Amino acid sequence: MTLAASLRIALAALRLNLMRSVLTMLGIIIGVGSVITMIAVGSGAEARIADQINSLGSNLIVVVSGAITSGGVRLGFGTQMTLSEEDATALQRELPEILVAAPGVRGSAQIIYGNLNWSTIVFGTTPDFLAARDWGVAQGRPFGQADIDRAAKVALLGQTVATTLFGGADPVGQTIRIKKVPFTVIGVLDRKGQSMQGQDQDDTIVMPLSTARNRVLGASEVNRHAVAAILVKMREGADMGAAEAQIHGLLRQRHHLQPAQDDDFWVRNLSEVAQAQEASSRVLTLLLAAVASVSLVVGGIGIMNIMLVSVTERTREIGLRLAVGARSRDILGQFLIEALTLSLLGGLAGIAVGAAASFTIGHWAHWQTQLRPEAVLLAVGFAAAVGVFFGFYPARKASRLQPIEALRYE
Amino acid sequence: MGDRLIEIEHLGKEYRLGDVPLLALNDVSVQVARGEFVAVMGPSGSGKSTFMNLLGCLDSPTAGRYRLDGRDVSHLDGDALAQVRGRLVGFVFQGFNLLPRTSAVENVELPLVYAGVPAAERRRRALAQLAEVGLAERALHHPSQLSGGQQQRVAIARALVNRPLLILADEPTGALDSRTSIEIMALFQTFNARGITVVLVTHEPDIAAYARRTLRFRDGRLIDDRPVAAPRVAAEVLAAWRPAEEAA
Ligand SMILES: Nc1ncnc2c1ncn2[C@@H]1O[C@H](COP(=O)(O)OP(=O)(O)OP(=O)(O)O)[C@@H](O)[C@H]1O
Ligand SMILES: [Mg+2]
Repeated sequence: MTLAASLRIALAALRLNLMRSVLTMLGIIIGVGSVITMIAVGSGAEARIADQINSLGSNLIVVVSGAITSGGVRLGFGTQMTLSEEDATALQRELPEILVAAPGVRGSAQIIYGNLNWSTIVFGTTPDFLAARDWGVAQGRPFGQADIDRAAKVALLGQTVATTLFGGADPVGQTIRIKKVPFTVIGVLDRKGQSMQGQDQDDTIVMPLSTARNRVLGASEVNRHAVAAILVKMREGADMGAAEAQIHGLLRQRHHLQPAQDDDFWVRNLSEVAQAQEASSRVLTLLLAAVASVSLVVGGIGIMNIMLVSVTERTREIGLRLAVGARSRDILGQFLIEALTLSLLGGLAGIAVGAAASFTIGHWAHWQTQLRPEAVLLAVGFAAAVGVFFGFYPARKASRLQPIEALRYE
Repeated sequence: MGDRLIEIEHLGKEYRLGDVPLLALNDVSVQVARGEFVAVMGPSGSGKSTFMNLLGCLDSPTAGRYRLDGRDVSHLDGDALAQVRGRLVGFVFQGFNLLPRTSAVENVELPLVYAGVPAAERRRRALAQLAEVGLAERALHHPSQLSGGQQQRVAIARALVNRPLLILADEPTGALDSRTSIEIMALFQTFNARGITVVLVTHEPDIAAYARRTLRFRDGRLIDDRPVAAPRVAAEVLAAWRPAEEAA
């Protein structure tokens, strides 16, 4: 018997009990649908983290002033400014694997434009900072070394600050007041989106390091060149672990720390942190998919149940088929294909349901979701496997019937 | 191959119910030539159906030998028996055994499906066979939309569609009224005249009278085997049928 003939018999049998077939398929539809939705949600979370990693820039190491702990409590970013601009220059000079090393200070400040005011984070840094973060200028121009040398009162606005203060208007060339000091807006930065900590990276103002220290945040009394942090970008393909160790060693040497003394700074590989988050979100995706596949297995049990009922109901039909020349493998094939058809049709409908659910979640809950073709293939393949696995026992039962007993069955 | 279609020697079938053996068929030897029309008679439980099941290769004997069309089929396995059934034998049952909610023509096609006949040819042959049993207009009707006699005609068309050598009918008229029974017998006689061997089980001497030979069973044994003196011709009986007889 040909496959086409078996398929036709299976479809005819399923059509005869349409309601029952649809209800049986529902289990698989829900199973496949939820596997696809869960993977879409999980992949969406992974993709969001991947975006954040991209927005952060790659191969980044940050060096932050201050001891890691003070009486067991981790101190905030740059509490004591133990680093200096010279440290940054030295790193850049001594370690050829370093692409750029951008020193920076940071603080919050009140900004006023016209009758609007807004509180935001001010970064004072060098042009290298934008290079390290792969952060472009959307409008206007970035500041240069000349602006730093003169401590020019120029500012680059993040997208959030720009829209809050200027709405749709062009901010470039306008004057704003930062802590009462007038600044000229020379440019607007590209959009960066949320950071991994959930902060809006566009709610910020970037200006020359010297200007920030002298006019906005105030210089350290101890060292006029002190900075809170140094952002280091390594060359592509650099060994990040080795780089961390080298930076650490060089800074200890420059800070004249004795072997017994604790570090007065800390070094952190940012990409590593991001990758750890990416890995944990992948585990989450797997977990979601595993939970969802339980419903697929339950759907498979539904198929097995209905196929067993069907074999019993159609015992005389099986007897008749045997009498007119069907071999036991024809009967086996017929019922297996019937089970497989149930699970595959359910799987196809499940794809539609899963796609619709992922879209709805993405649209209404504002969660990023991502429908991945391999997830769809996986879910449908799994559904087919479920159909064969749970269809096999009833089909074998049918194929083992003896013709006379089957014909006599009441 | 000779003119012997069925050669049976010392055939036996034993059922075991618990420890008690039950000989449903006991030392039966008989030969049937090609083209014969045989009626099988006997009281209930005498082994007629058991005999027919063995003839039709639906079951295997526990003793003796059975040659069908020159080939020993006593010890074939399930799939080989299925092929013999599919090629050589057509079955007609008392309860018709049509697939419910399936059109007449699809029911007739069924043996061709397992014989591997392509769909278009299947349809063509099934329709032709339905026309031969006088049901050309009912091809798309489902069994529930057909009378008992019509259903049995569909079943006969199904039994014939694969051009078998042997038709086995176990009480084919058991569920039909007398006129319809004779119509069915007319069909059997028609196809028998074309050379198909027919073996049918019946309780009614009136029906057995349309055959040309009678086998009688009792307690699993073949106790009598004789030709029918003057077989009735169903077509003539139908032509002479008067409504009065229907009332009787
Ligand atoms: N599967 C079986 N298991 C056990 N005993 C059986 C089985 N099939 C038939 N028998 C027994 O074999 C004997 C012959 O049965 P069979 O069906 O051949 O009778 P029959 O002549 O066809 O009777 P009827 O005219 O009532 O149809 C009976 O005693 C029956 O009980
Ligand atoms: Mg019987």
